[in-house]
Amino acid sequence: MGYDTTRRGFLASATATAAALVVGFTPRGTLAATGEGNLTPFVKITPDGRMIAILKHFEMGQGTTTGLTALIAEELNADLDLVEFEFAPSDNSRYANTLMGAQGTGGSTAIANSYLQYRKAGAAAREMLVAAAATEWGVDAATLTLENGVISGGGNSAPIADFVAAAAGLAVPEEPALKDPADFRVIGQAGLKRRDTGGKIDGSALFGMDIQLPGQIVAAVLRPPRLGARLDSFDAAAAAQVPGFIDAKARPEGAGVIVYARNTWAAFQARDAIAANWDFSAAESRSSAQIREELLARVNAAPDYNATPGSDAAAVAEAIAGAAQVVEAEFYFPNLAHAPMEPLNCTIEPVEGGVVVHDGCQFPAIAHPTIAAILQLDPAQVQINTIYAGGSFGRRANPAADYHVEAAQAFALSDRSAPVKLVWSREDDIRGGYYRPAFAHKVRVGLDAAGAIVGWEHRIAGQSIFKGTAFEAFVVKDGVDHSSVEGVADTPYAIPGMHVGLSDAAPSVTVLWWRSVGHTHTAYVMESMMDMAARAAGRDPVEFRLAHLSGDSADHARMAGVLRLAAERAGWDQPAPEGRSRGVAVHKSFGSYVAEVVEISGDAESGVRVEKVTCAVDCGLAITPDVVRAQVEGGVGYGMGAVMRNQITLESGEVVQTNFWDYEPLRIQDIGAIEVHIVPSAEAPSGIGEPGTPPAGPALANAIAARGPRVTMLPMSENGVSFA
Amino acid sequence: MAYTISVNGEARSVDAAPGTPLLWVLRDELSLTGTKFGCGVAACGACTVHLDGAPVRSCQTLIEDVGDAAITTIEGVEGRAAAAVQQAWAELDVVQCGYCQSGQIMSAVGLLTETPKPGVEEIDSYMSGNACRCATYQRIRAAIQRASQIMEA
Repeated sequence: MGYDTTRRGFLASATATAAALVVGFTPRGTLAATGEGNLTPFVKITPDGRMIAILKHFEMGQGTTTGLTALIAEELNADLDLVEFEFAPSDNSRYANTLMGAQGTGGSTAIANSYLQYRKAGAAAREMLVAAAATEWGVDAATLTLENGVISGGGNSAPIADFVAAAAGLAVPEEPALKDPADFRVIGQAGLKRRDTGGKIDGSALFGMDIQLPGQIVAAVLRPPRLGARLDSFDAAAAAQVPGFIDAKARPEGAGVIVYARNTWAAFQARDAIAANWDFSAAESRSSAQIREELLARVNAAPDYNATPGSDAAAVAEAIAGAAQVVEAEFYFPNLAHAPMEPLNCTIEPVEGGVVVHDGCQFPAIAHPTIAAILQLDPAQVQINTIYAGGSFGRRANPAADYHVEAAQAFALSDRSAPVKLVWSREDDIRGGYYRPAFAHKVRVGLDAAGAIVGWEHRIAGQSIFKGTAFEAFVVKDGVDHSSVEGVADTPYAIPGMHVGLSDAAPSVTVLWWRSVGHTHTAYVMESMMDMAARAAGRDPVEFRLAHLSGDSADHARMAGVLRLAAERAGWDQPAPEGRSRGVAVHKSFGSYVAEVVEISGDAESGVRVEKVTCAVDCGLAITPDVVRAQVEGGVGYGMGAVMRNQITLESGEVVQTNFWDYEPLRIQDIGAIEVHIVPSAEAPSGIGEPGTPPAGPALANAIAARGPRVTMLPMSENGVSFA
Repeated sequence: MAYTISVNGEARSVDAAPGTPLLWVLRDELSLTGTKFGCGVAACGACTVHLDGAPVRSCQTLIEDVGDAAITTIEGVEGRAAAAVQQAWAELDVVQCGYCQSGQIMSAVGLLTETPKPGVEEIDSYMSGNACRCATYQRIRAAIQRASQIMEA
């Protein structure tokens, strides 16, 4: 059995190991070390000299285990592979994401919010170890160096293990000296390897799905087939015939049936054998075509909210009315599923005095209190054992904590004597999930006789992600859910006379952020419209964009910088090879700038093939450059596959798609080479998990439109484009 | 029902209901969790194992149909192609979330065993059934080419 039982004692070992040197922060944000009562540890040096980074962010593939560990390794002046890592316990009062105010991973913030915190903790540990050695040897600390776990200088040399106990007794430096970037040996270095590769290529890495505990039972849930449907009654007689079936219980509030079995296969088989009667009186009954018509009608009517305060809608309309030409288009974006490779799961294990939750936990700040409340436990009686997540793309962070609620209910409704492992099937994931909201846009752009933009009227309609959640107060201002308009209302482009209106759509499905959140649709619209405007103006798409990025601001310089770099590396100044065409898009999201040039062969009728994608990214200082490249490569594929052919549709309120057969993921043959060029930067690191995604769709759309149809209704495969 | 199957060179006795996919026998009964559940309908390849050396989708391989075929999982895969593939995967840091990678590797080993020097189209065609939602495809393609070089050397 691969499960490491020592993890269960982690909280105690991290905070209370007397002989170790543990460095971190107090809740007030000041550095603290071993012995401080309120210490939140970020780095631990064990008595035998092991260097361990304690990670407050989970690993879903985005490379945090490498990036955060690199920050500690840098300040300990050690090669990256000499520093181990552990996931932090769930403790919202200690391990909050400083950009969110709560413990959780998302919004491409893991490195950005940890950068100085982790470096300071590592630097303090380094100074304390060196100070202890200096005292021991009776020399000036300035004459000593720490490298790869060995302190040396002035003829002395000894491993840090010799000084851990003494260092742990020292006062923590208030302002440790961070290393000069000129001396970096880890951060930003080419050739840094991921820390999680080994276990992921020999089958030994443990994901939530792989948790197997003695006596464990497996639970699967039969969920309402339509939003708003409620369970009336069910009959488990057929399920009881399935070998391994244990029990079936109704969930609270008619939310379905929990089926318990000895193993996963039996749980799925038994769940499928449940005969349920549903009350559909309050259920969604519309179909996607109807929802789409409603959203498109909303963007053709006066909007509910003004997302560009200070902008005068009438003046913008007047400027467009007086323009030499007007470019306009409507866009539609369907619901999308996240479909991470690992279907959702969560295991709750009874232990003395409480429970341990085994989860690829993206948002402990929500999961932890939610589970405690359902189990009627004090939060201190709940521990979360964070393990690898097989992807997320936003799905594992849910303000409603949907799968944690299910797992807690499944455990609560059992006799609580055995671990209960909740498992979703792929069908559960595709059909019963939370989706990227559907959105419609309508845009009218006025150009003057010289081809410059004189007015931009933009209307957006869709279902708000944040309204009604715990995050509403932070994200919704004057009725505008920022995530519905981000990427448009705050575009870096210098656009005179811009007005953005927003209308909220009534719920048809449950919605959730999806990799890059609002930018999934706003970048597509902005960058399609910029291309259409450039073409109408008779100008080159790159030159036209640069003309609207010619200000003195850092924003303009960085956005123009990636655009120029991508264009140069893609050979934009030369015509595309025979039979090929190119499209470009550039977008800022999560503080980072990404430009992409897509080169395609074929055409919409015979079949488009993506031959090459050339990307340029400015994400500030790239801590782990190859992980940055990987995130952009993956972000491109994630965004492109979705616009090519993905949609979740409803038929009479019920989700039509079932599995990868009809929610077809991007496949290897769908995409050719991807080149990623990183702009050298000394700016603080910004996001990288998401920013690669937004430009991918519009760059592809622009490449198709260069010789074929302009696709504004998605997915492309349902709107006139075939793919080779 | 009791079955005796050969897994990674060892005879293993398992108790499973007829109709149970090999995937769940490996994972739930034998704790060989390197083989992943992704879709259950042979549409993603995460559950790929070798049966007598050839890649199959274990979610569609029923326990009663395995007979005395030699089953190899990611935990037991070995040989020249497997070593080359795993080395190339590490050199190129192919993985992101990693959940699909056992299946990718089992397929890649199958490809290189059949075709030691595959062209890009052969790679794409052979690997088309293995989905990766992190879209690590270009590194998979490059790593297979690299593994092919390693095998030649």
